[in-house]
Amino acid sequence: MAIRINGAEIAVPDDARVSLLGLLREQLHLTGTKVGCNQGACGACTVLIDGERVLSCLTLAVQADERSVTTIEGLSGAGSHKLQDAFIEHDGLQCGYCTPGQICAADAMLREIAAGVPSYITADLAAPARLTREEVRERMSGNLCRCGAHNGIVDAILQVAAERTA
Amino acid sequence: MSRMQNVVIETVKTALGWVPAQWLPGGTPDPLIERRVALGRQDSRLDGPAKVTGLARFAAEVPMERLCYGALLHSTVTRGRIARLDTAAAEAAPGVVLVMTHRNMPRIGTLALIGVSDLSAVGNSSLPILQNDEVRYNGQVVAAVLAETQEQADHAASLIEIDYAVEAAKTRFDDAKAAARTPASILIERNHVLVGNAAQEVDRAAHRVDNLYRTPGHNHNAIELHAVTVAWQGETLLVHDATQMIAPSANALAKLFGLKKQQVRVLSPYVGGGFGGKGLWDHQVVAVAAAKLVGRPVRLMLSRESVYRMIGGRSPSEQRVAIGADADGRFNAIIHTGYSVMPPYGACPEQYTMCSRALYNAKSFEIVQHHVDLDIVPNTYMRAPGEAIGTFAIECAVDELAHQMGIDPIELRRRNEPERHPLSGTAFSQRALTTAYAEGAQHFGWERRLAEPGARRDGEWRIGMGCASGSFPYARMPGAHVRLTLRRDGTVNLSCSAQEMGMGTSTVQVQHAADRLGLPVEAISFDMGDSALPAGSMAGGSSQTVSLAAAIMAATEKLTGELLRLAGNDSPLAGLRARDVQLVDAGIGDVADTARHESYRSILTRAAREEVSVIAAGSPPLEMLKFAMHSSSAVFCELRVSEVTGEIRIDRLLGSFDCGTILNPKTAASQFKGGMIMGIGLALTEETLFDARNGRIMNATLADYHIPVHLDVPEIDVIWTGIPDPRSPLGARGIGEIGITGVAAAIANAVFNATGKRIRDLPITLDKLL
Ligand code: FES
Ligand code: FES
Repeated sequence: MAIRINGAEIAVPDDARVSLLGLLREQLHLTGTKVGCNQGACGACTVLIDGERVLSCLTLAVQADERSVTTIEGLSGAGSHKLQDAFIEHDGLQCGYCTPGQICAADAMLREIAAGVPSYITADLAAPARLTREEVRERMSGNLCRCGAHNGIVDAILQVAAERTA
Repeated sequence: MSRMQNVVIETVKTALGWVPAQWLPGGTPDPLIERRVALGRQDSRLDGPAKVTGLARFAAEVPMERLCYGALLHSTVTRGRIARLDTAAAEAAPGVVLVMTHRNMPRIGTLALIGVSDLSAVGNSSLPILQNDEVRYNGQVVAAVLAETQEQADHAASLIEIDYAVEAAKTRFDDAKAAARTPASILIERNHVLVGNAAQEVDRAAHRVDNLYRTPGHNHNAIELHAVTVAWQGETLLVHDATQMIAPSANALAKLFGLKKQQVRVLSPYVGGGFGGKGLWDHQVVAVAAAKLVGRPVRLMLSRESVYRMIGGRSPSEQRVAIGADADGRFNAIIHTGYSVMPPYGACPEQYTMCSRALYNAKSFEIVQHHVDLDIVPNTYMRAPGEAIGTFAIECAVDELAHQMGIDPIELRRRNEPERHPLSGTAFSQRALTTAYAEGAQHFGWERRLAEPGARRDGEWRIGMGCASGSFPYARMPGAHVRLTLRRDGTVNLSCSAQEMGMGTSTVQVQHAADRLGLPVEAISFDMGDSALPAGSMAGGSSQTVSLAAAIMAATEKLTGELLRLAGNDSPLAGLRARDVQLVDAGIGDVADTARHESYRSILTRAAREEVSVIAAGSPPLEMLKFAMHSSSAVFCELRVSEVTGEIRIDRLLGSFDCGTILNPKTAASQFKGGMIMGIGLALTEETLFDARNGRIMNATLADYHIPVHLDVPEIDVIWTGIPDPRSPLGARGIGEIGITGVAAAIANAVFNATGKRIRDLPITLDKLL
């Protein structure tokens, strides 16, 4: 049994209680994934499993068996990810604690919109979802930020999205 | 605080009143106000790359060998004694290293409470920590478990059995009001202020409002959980903490555990949000003691529930504001009184009347605060303590009066704008609130507001606009030190124990030092977040930036003297004294003759020195006592209220700030917006729900305590006057807390304008509008 984490094969932990978050932070020292509540309410622990966003605090490590996990450390590969640069440019962070979760969530969220997945506020469920500021705000609402970097976060995401479609 | 303190402070203020202003700090405005190169530029924050890549290590992320993990157990009763305690099952559970209760916790003293008389005190609670069987509030820590893994510790903590002998507890705000205390002072201000006969003036006034405003408890809810990683290394103690007060925490822990100052090192290079909540609480003390008992390093990260249970937040309040005005709208009386919670073992007086002392002229005043003693987790400072909720009360009252009189609320404020501080008569160092209103109103399109409530609608939505003033006092902390090291290669290192919670501390001080020393920002580095460095100031009271700036000014002065001495007679600068020179172009130049200049590199090379290093502290902050110094703001809001559901959507929010020089527009805008967004939460959703029967918090999760999320936050507009304060370092005043002030009132006033309903009880939830 193994989990692929940022490209490396990692054995599934023996203790079945270990969450994916606990595995990442305490056993692998991949502390870029943060913890704000451990109960699915803040989004700080967001990582990608096979490219989709999940809350790693609500995911048991065993559930990720045979899957591919990408954390903030793996997102950028060698250089930096466009979203990471845009967050800095738009000051989409202050304390920086929610930031890895916001970036991972945004990365997956943009793919969700591109795939036409509707959100709670999408008016026309028949048409493909459109990328608007409202849509981004709604879809990012599971990622809390107490410092209040919301405007910069949304600006950064919209800029990256615009560059991708350009 | 004491009556004695009132006398001392008032005597100092009076004495300073006679001292010519030019003898005091800020007597000559800081020359950098006129000479900015890097300052004022939109530099991106220097810690950005480490944070967006996840490489910035926070307190709970420091790897250590042989680490064990802690979990806490909290009292489920409010007052009483532990009658039976059975830890056998927990001790026998797999992986458990230690179960610590009052029985085996090492005996230690209590923490000195944060206060103005002892600036090094950091205690939020003076209750003993695991020292006896007594329980004083619901949620108090009663046991700790250490185990090999977090999962094992959490499980073992659930196996501890406790029976309590329950005693009667005070948990009802309304009942406890009768026995409220009235302290002699609130922070450094006299508490009870009486000017004229305000009660009589209100009665006689042509126009008057007189209402009660209620605000609930709030929690800081920094996304990073409180955490420490602690290691005893022989007789020295290493504490990786998430704290806003590095140097004083190290001192306090040293005192508590009988160590010398130098034996304790607190490291906190990154803090995942503080807002007043990341101070010294029980968990650091428990972790240090437990680590000592087991002889192993300990990591203790609180669960989110634990944060609510044991880290106090903003006190609830009930405030009365009465304003009397003559036919022209000039105030002849302001009354602002009320009750907030402050248990005798707590430290924070929640100074909600401070704003009403400085915002308006009035012929008479009555101001006083009463402390209600409840058996609950001790409240503490939270972003703009006092002003955040005090401005809600006074600024709603002003709006109510304006409506009653049929005057535009901005005009009513303008008519009562003070020339000098309304109570003390001291001059303002700088104040342009009227300008902030004018510019804000123009940007916002205030002229489109209809004075009549409920007049604008769009389908099911009623639309309204509101405005309110924000206010926050200037503070500079005495005794902030910095080390400045100039190296022969022309680079400079600054270092002190300052803290970075997202304010942009290092970014802006690097910009500052570059301009102060005549260097490019690339030449400057800044080390901080470590108590082994010279003690900077704490991050609180929106004071860190100017406190560090004053220390850097002092260090630069010292360095200049040192360099002139080293330059000697072979230098083109020979014979010049410190007051004759300025630091420009990576060296020292004659002010009078720009051709006379020598570079740092050349001076150090000739003197055969690798570096010159100085440590200095900022001058005593006497400007605070000589002048009335406040940041102020005009906040504007436009929102919609659904007639069907009572739902409120904020469409536009604008803050127009008068806070002195803005040092970095990019990071400053973020500070302002961050405060304003917390203000949205304060107005509409945030509430710590104490069960009145037992003082237990009922919504101790981020799912049940609602902070604003992306969809709640509109694009926020932030503008500023940018007028420098001639009395402060860099011309700057604090910007970290002013943002939250005035916002709740602007929103409540907009709700009234939209619906005609006046909600004086925060948060303004849907049910209150139906
Ligand atoms: S830590 Fe997973 S959602 Fe908060
Ligand atoms: S940047 Fe601090 S919580 Fe988002």
